[in-house]
Amino acid sequence: METKEHKFHQETGFPWKHVIGLLLSLVLTAIAFWLALATHQPPAVVISIIVVLGFGQLLVQLYMFMHFTESDDRAWQVPTIYFALFIAFTVVGGSIWIMSFRSIVS
Amino acid sequence: MSNAHTAIHGDHHPVDPSVPVEYHEEENSLRIAGFWVFLGSDLVLFSCLFATYVVMHGRVAGGPTSQQLFDVTGFTIETIALLFSSFTCGLATYEMRRGNRNAMVTWLFITVALGLVFLGFEIDEFVHNVSIGATMQRSGFLSAFFTLVGTHGCHVTMGTLWMLSVIIQLIRYGITPITARKAFIVSIYWHFLDAVWIFIFTVVYLTGKVV
Repeated sequence: METKEHKFHQETGFPWKHVIGLLLSLVLTAIAFWLALATHQPPAVVISIIVVLGFGQLLVQLYMFMHFTESDDRAWQVPTIYFALFIAFTVVGGSIWIMSFRSIVS
Repeated sequence: MSNAHTAIHGDHHPVDPSVPVEYHEEENSLRIAGFWVFLGSDLVLFSCLFATYVVMHGRVAGGPTSQQLFDVTGFTIETIALLFSSFTCGLATYEMRRGNRNAMVTWLFITVALGLVFLGFEIDEFVHNVSIGATMQRSGFLSAFFTLVGTHGCHVTMGTLWMLSVIIQLIRYGITPITARKAFIVSIYWHFLDAVWIFIFTVVYLTGKVV
């Protein structure tokens, strides 16, 4: 019989992982709100930074809350979600890129 | 291994105490894996709506712009409510794995309540927008805005109803491999909705206040 690899987070003691996840998401949110609403940096700089912060928050949700790497055999959800993210960034980034040519063409 | 275990749980998935209860049947692992694939496809669906919104953002057709329309207090409260609901939903899964049914149900009820707070503010925002003439058919910007934010709000509405139905099953049957699997799946759905909202407040609301 093949031995399966179990990769589960043991739920013992105080839920530190969840508390740290909450604190991280609150801090990242606060930085994004402060940058966008309270500072007067160039829009391109602000938008680039808050999108990176948003991606950081996505990783917090996946790894701190969603038990992303857990599985009783192989964690197939990890390549699935990263492939979906690749498609998502291609669709959104590609749309922004292709539409930015419009002003030059017309 | 004892025959009793084999008879109840089948040959391939012996009950191992290190494996959480929601993985105690092979079908459960497959359903959880399948739900992750659904989340991947839902992510792609939202990416199309985001791409449409980003392209349409400046096409206001003489109507209200995002800077005039978006209310900072409203979307800040919505963000805080959803961030905390993701945390309480995570604590429900944590208590489920420790076998505390009552604590788990309490955290799920708090999650649903925070979801309703979020929906209340979002519905209020939509009603206010429509009352000042910023309807879906007013401009390309508003069509894309209502489609993207409305699709997310629709997901949250479905999520609260779904979570309530799981709570009822937990109260009636306790934590079994089947109810645990249902609770686990609705919880990763809820965290996913919070992740989508993070990109909505970043790309739609905060960006809409900057440009």
